[in-house]
Amino acid sequence: MKRLTEERTKVLFEKLAKYIGSNVQQLIDRPDGTYCFREHKDRVYYVSERILKLSECFGYKQLVCVGTCFGKFSKTNKLKFHITALYYLAPYAQYKVWVKPSFEQQYLYGNHIPKSGLGRITENAGQYQGVVVFSMNDLALGFGVLARSTTECKTADPLTTVCFHQSDIGEYIRAEDSLF
Amino acid sequence: MDVVKAVLEKHQKELDKYKPITVEKHLECRLDVGSLLITDPNDLEDRQLANEKEEYLAALTRDNTQLLVNAIWELPTERVDESIVAKLPEPTTVLPRLRKPPGPRPLTKWEQFAKEKGITKKKKDKKTYDDVLDKWVPTYGFKRAEAEKDKEWVLEVPQNADPNTDMFQKKIDLRNEKVAKNEIQRMKNIVRAKKMDMPRSGYLGPEAASSNQLLTAVTVAKSSTASVGKFQSKLPKEKEARGLGVKELIPGGKRKASHITAQPEREANLDLIKSVLNKKPKLDVEKAIQLQKQDERLEREAEGNKPAKKGGKKGGGKGSRKAVGKKPKGHQGQRAPGKKGQTGRKRR
Repeated sequence: MKRLTEERTKVLFEKLAKYIGSNVQQLIDRPDGTYCFREHKDRVYYVSERILKLSECFGYKQLVCVGTCFGKFSKTNKLKFHITALYYLAPYAQYKVWVKPSFEQQYLYGNHIPKSGLGRITENAGQYQGVVVFSMNDLALGFGVLARSTTECKTADPLTTVCFHQSDIGEYIRAEDSLF
Repeated sequence: MDVVKAVLEKHQKELDKYKPITVEKHLECRLDVGSLLITDPNDLEDRQLANEKEEYLAALTRDNTQLLVNAIWELPTERVDESIVAKLPEPTTVLPRLRKPPGPRPLTKWEQFAKEKGITKKKKDKKTYDDVLDKWVPTYGFKRAEAEKDKEWVLEVPQNADPNTDMFQKKIDLRNEKVAKNEIQRMKNIVRAKKMDMPRSGYLGPEAASSNQLLTAVTVAKSSTASVGKFQSKLPKEKEARGLGVKELIPGGKRKASHITAQPEREANLDLIKSVLNKKPKLDVEKAIQLQKQDERLEREAEGNKPAKKGGKKGGGKGSRKAVGKKPKGHQGQRAPGKKGQTGRKRR
């Protein structure tokens, strides 16, 4: 486990800010102890300092995963969030998309959301805004990026993609081995 | 008699000076006359070794050497130029090698690849039947080039090429290039086998260099100024060379200082977040247009939803003309065709 370089930390915060905006601060500035981001084999983990201390007993090779895996850095220094980050993204999300019950399964299989599957959407979301996807009874299903802004959504025809799929909770089964 | 006695005494003394040539041993010594080697399997006498070490060892060595010399004297001898010579037999003791035996020849890069992939060499026939020439032509070697010349006595100039290009020369050039490339690869194989360092930088030419090598060469060249490339301008989307061992090639590319600062991590992170959040957003023209459109649309919708009140907005126009209403429709007036001075419809 090592501390992220400044460059990577910046990439991480910029990415987080896309989904949860100024709530990034709340991930670091927590009342219930200090939490920090650590890097292990190019993956970013969000760990409480207490658990981090315990993990220091283990060597680099023995250690599989500590805390919550947020995502993975590519070789070109781009960060890709894993579905495991949803637990922290969902409560802080500023822009949300609700999916109709009929489209829920489709979404969980990894499909983009078309206009016909869209139940509700937060007002004033721009194009390419990072959003968290919820089912109609407010269960977080995943996250993605808006393909159309909210206003464009209203005029779009039912088959156009409204939100690009990035990750969904189906990945816990589909991508079990590469998730953590 | 005195004389005889003296002579005998002298002889005895002389005999005493020399030790006997016969040596008694408990166990027989192993002799290898060919390599002038004698091995004594008898135990050393501990007491003597402790008390008079040097003399004992010298005596033992003499005895053993005597045995060896005895064995040499048993060999057939001959006289060459006033000296007696014996021909030694072949040595029987096997001596270990001075150097380690050479291992198998290291594989070339291709051989290694072929082994990994399980590619085996297919033997080609020495002669193949050529349909064009209608005869058997050697696959390689003697008279091969001749056959080639017979076969390709004319060459087509491709449509997109300059019509004056010498296609024959081009073919020769291509072949020469292949030969040169092969030579380079042969050299590389030798270097690799000897585990020497190959120069990794430098310009190999557009044909030979891979894109990575070119990138490395550019990066190295750019930082090879007096100010280690600090003031070199960059192209808009220029990439830095990356990869194993590239950093060592770049002059002035020192190891970075540790990114862990004295500032506590939490504060450092909060600062970074602040800078990320406070970044001024770029002017997104598309987004601005969208917002504008949205506003307009909302306005229009609001207008459309309002019930058409009488004189809602235009109250301050001309005096107290309230009901402007709609434009009068045509074809509804009463016509009075008989009356003079009145043409067309009745005007209100």
